[in-house]
Amino acid sequence: MASLSQLDKEIIKALQEDFPLCEEPYKVLAQRVGISEEEFLRRVKELVEEKKIRKMGAVLRHREVGFKANALCAWQVSPDKLDDIAQVMSSHAAVSHCYDRTPAPNWNYNLYTMIHAKTRDECEQIINELSTMTGVTDYKILYTKREWKKTGMKYFCEAT
Amino acid sequence: MTRLSTFDKALLNLLQGDIPICSHPFAEMANRLGTDEDTVLNRLRELKAAGFLRRIGTFFDSNRLGYHGTLVALKVKPSAICAVAEAVNRYPGATHNYEREGVYNLWFTLLTPNAEYESIVLAEIRSLNGVEDMLRLKAKKKYKINVQFKLQ
Repeated sequence: MASLSQLDKEIIKALQEDFPLCEEPYKVLAQRVGISEEEFLRRVKELVEEKKIRKMGAVLRHREVGFKANALCAWQVSPDKLDDIAQVMSSHAAVSHCYDRTPAPNWNYNLYTMIHAKTRDECEQIINELSTMTGVTDYKILYTKREWKKTGMKYFCEAT
Repeated sequence: MTRLSTFDKALLNLLQGDIPICSHPFAEMANRLGTDEDTVLNRLRELKAAGFLRRIGTFFDSNRLGYHGTLVALKVKPSAICAVAEAVNRYPGATHNYEREGVYNLWFTLLTPNAEYESIVLAEIRSLNGVEDMLRLKAKKKYKINVQFKLQ
């Protein structure tokens, strides 16, 4: 992995704060770092190319926009089929996250999907669809009962 | 709750994708929506104030920045769940923390700058009062991370 310069870290720290809602937001962020807007934009584009930035954009409060049934679904998938099955599940629009994880003793689930729906019925229907599409029948639906915390990570702030 | 107009939904759908990386990103978004920069900015400020937007900004690939991440599931005595959830919340690297239905009733993600610190944090959490079991579920491969809610 390419290492990050001190300037990169300063740029990342500026970018991880709330994006300014003004005409020239990158100029505002560049000024905080103490570089020109051109240099800032160039470096942001590079961070996107290097895939260090996944996206520039917004995340909605999904409950407020109507997605009230949210579940983590843990699936037990045979390792030789995992890649294909994960691709199928990822292609579903209701799936926001799909990760292959190392299972734990007494907990043999190795594929994890986050599913967002408007109602529990709809959520269960989506999970049925995924199960039918992939043939995976051993799964656990872990509905969200309460959100205790959801925040963006603040990178490179440990020592400060 | 404010109702979302057709314009709002188009704006939010666009905003969830990619904010252009250029000098006037909101003018470019306005262009695509057939309106002007002021209209986009004013409406975004209102939608943010009304609580529809969790965060506008940059989402990084934590691994590519050199961070370690794991999903952790805890089995917590129901009487201790508040105290344990709050203790987990105090770690800056615990970015998502959810109470869920099931035997393992508290699930959180943890990002740390290195594996040693991850082990230290997890040992501290495992030893909290009321924590009866802990699963450490390390990601081997991330197939999809794309939190987008298409509004229709």
